[in-house]
Amino acid sequence: MPAEKYSSTPNSGLLSDIDDIIRKHQNRDGALIDVLHDVQALYGYLPEQAMKRIAEGLSLPLSKVYGVATFYSLFTLEPKGQYVIRLCESAPCHIRGAVQVLSAIEEELKIKPGETTPDSKFTLEFTSCLGVCGVAPAIMINDQVYGNLTPEKVKEILRSL
Amino acid sequence: MAFYRAHVLVCGGTPCELGGCRAVKDTLLEEVNRLGLSSEIRVLETGCLGPCDQGPVIIVYPEGIMYARLQPGDVKEIVEQHLLKGRVVNRLVYHEKKEEAKSVVTFESSDYFGLQERIVLRNCGRINPESIEEYIAHDGYRALGKCLTEMEPAAVVQVVKDSGLRGRGGAGFPTGLKWSFTAKTDSNQKYIVCNADEGEPGTFKDRLILEGDPHSIIEGMAIAGYAVGANKGYIYIRGEYKLSIERLQHAIRQARELGLLGTNIFGSDFAFDIEVRSGAGAYVCGEETALIESIEGSRGEPRYKPPFPGVSGIWGKPTVVNNVETLANIAPIILNGAAWFRGFGTEKCPGTKVFTMTGDINNEGLIEVPMGITLRQIVYGVGGGIPGGLGFKMAQTGGTSGGCLPKEFLDLPMDYDTLAEAGSALGSGALLIMDDSHCIVDIVRCFMKFFKHESCGKCTPCREGTTRLYELVTKITEGKATNEDIALLTELSRVMQTSALCGLGQAAPNPLVTCLKYFEEEFGAHLNGYCPTGVCTMPVANVKVG
Ligand SMILES: Cc1cc2nc3c(=O)[nH]c(=O)nc-3n(C[C@H](O)[C@H](O)[C@H](O)COP(=O)(O)O)c2cc1C
Repeated sequence: MPAEKYSSTPNSGLLSDIDDIIRKHQNRDGALIDVLHDVQALYGYLPEQAMKRIAEGLSLPLSKVYGVATFYSLFTLEPKGQYVIRLCESAPCHIRGAVQVLSAIEEELKIKPGETTPDSKFTLEFTSCLGVCGVAPAIMINDQVYGNLTPEKVKEILRSL
Repeated sequence: MAFYRAHVLVCGGTPCELGGCRAVKDTLLEEVNRLGLSSEIRVLETGCLGPCDQGPVIIVYPEGIMYARLQPGDVKEIVEQHLLKGRVVNRLVYHEKKEEAKSVVTFESSDYFGLQERIVLRNCGRINPESIEEYIAHDGYRALGKCLTEMEPAAVVQVVKDSGLRGRGGAGFPTGLKWSFTAKTDSNQKYIVCNADEGEPGTFKDRLILEGDPHSIIEGMAIAGYAVGANKGYIYIRGEYKLSIERLQHAIRQARELGLLGTNIFGSDFAFDIEVRSGAGAYVCGEETALIESIEGSRGEPRYKPPFPGVSGIWGKPTVVNNVETLANIAPIILNGAAWFRGFGTEKCPGTKVFTMTGDINNEGLIEVPMGITLRQIVYGVGGGIPGGLGFKMAQTGGTSGGCLPKEFLDLPMDYDTLAEAGSALGSGALLIMDDSHCIVDIVRCFMKFFKHESCGKCTPCREGTTRLYELVTKITEGKATNEDIALLTELSRVMQTSALCGLGQAAPNPLVTCLKYFEEEFGAHLNGYCPTGVCTMPVANVKVG
């Protein structure tokens, strides 16, 4: 995804993009989650104005949109770094050295989980199981999963981005 | 149809993809073309072959030689030596990592493969998952055809009942019985839901089934729809499973094109269609009522039961929720009959179970074995034992919400009832093996952190309980806990097990309770300020007390 989308706030032009998304899903019951997925793909996060527009468009109370957006961990109300690193901290990865991989990332980027680098390039987060335990320990950077990691390998990956 | 003298199957499952299987496949195609072999040798991408930690893997037929850990640079040698001159490239052949094992010549003759029985994974690693024609060539959609043209819905329910198939999503509820409840309801709209949320840590079977054989799920759902009188299906799948989502959508389009989904299927008046819905990162949404809330577009908080979804599910309509693996069993049962299915596994748990082996085990990956196989056969047979000559410390069955079993339980048959008696669960089929270099309290802390994060917050026992369990266990790992804390943990666990609203809070204490019971000494040592494995950082130097 291009970087500029991550920092943009919706202006009227972008609000019409939201309307397009709503129209695409409108005739399906329970479409809110899919709409949120698409809108987040557009901005990189869910800005307040966008949620208001979604609430109007789907005739839902804003509280419902907000409630759903804050329930699911893939949704975020804050802009994040260009690359969101999600480190799996489930047991299979833990056993295979996720802690060392975490230390390597922290050392390389000088941030802790939940933080973003000052240049907005990287955000570090924890995630539950990514379902690639056969190649543990694993991380996901944006949509890409990386497995069989070692502290060296993960540093190499970060430097290549 | 062209006749090929050799087939090269490239495993295209996500674990192999992460290892770079696409580049291997592209190089293979290039080399085969370069040598002008493209009319003799067919290169295909298939679903998961199993040994995920050794990826990328390929199998060369007719010999059945598996090559592992391939890099594009290895491909030329395989093409020039094996495919051109018939010489197996020993250097690259898949080896069982067992200490005493010699190199394995064919994949089928390895212990890894030999102990397996493939019903659910019948097509995984054998067909191209993106080709409906190949699925059909392997008896695909024949079971659906049989149901629609030769069987009454009630007869379909009866066969599934007779087969003794139990739900593979964790609870082990008899599938035929579940279907019969929904079949009996009188409603103008019913739904079939395939639960592909698969959030249980250590589980990745559903992902690989969907990637490797998506049509088997579509067929299973359509049969379920016919059996109970539903004409709409939802597949609820984790948002993280990109490849599975793509494969499913592709497969659904193909099935629609051939009229296998839609109206008048097989010329009957049965109509069925499927919509894919993806989750957004919440473990609790795997719980069937939370999943239904999520499909309705709400926060995925579990509902009170009863009423059960079978009677009142999506939009209050009768809804059958079945796991991916459960549905993958349906077509073979219909085609081969209940008695055939009962020929596998045990009396109370017929059939097979797909497990995902992770942790300290030589063959990490996906396997399918008969129900009732012992833990020892899995760990030391199929699994190839524990690497580095270390000892077996424990196995956690059923994922993070399952219990932890020490070596005394190695000869336990793996089925729903036996494991429940031992305080654990068969659950989703996740199997985490841990060697004796790890600390039991440290790993319990990791389990508790998971539940603290995933509790949805709707009911108090779970919302508060998971956080307190985590804090208390953390205290133990810091060497600051007392016997009173252990008593508190035990009491809190009991409260959660008996009063949490859904399975999440009820099962969260399982690993803790079993570890307190089976690894009492190690907990005791921590209370004395000593971590036997040296993993936990203790306030005073790690000196053994007493
Ligand atoms: C917290 C929690 C998570 C669950 N996650 C899953 C899951 O990821 N996949 C699944 O099939 N079942 C899951 N289940 C079980 C479902 O509630 C339900 O029993 C199952 O989908 C029924 O299908 P089956 O009868 O075919 O097993 C979960 C249950 C709980 C309590």
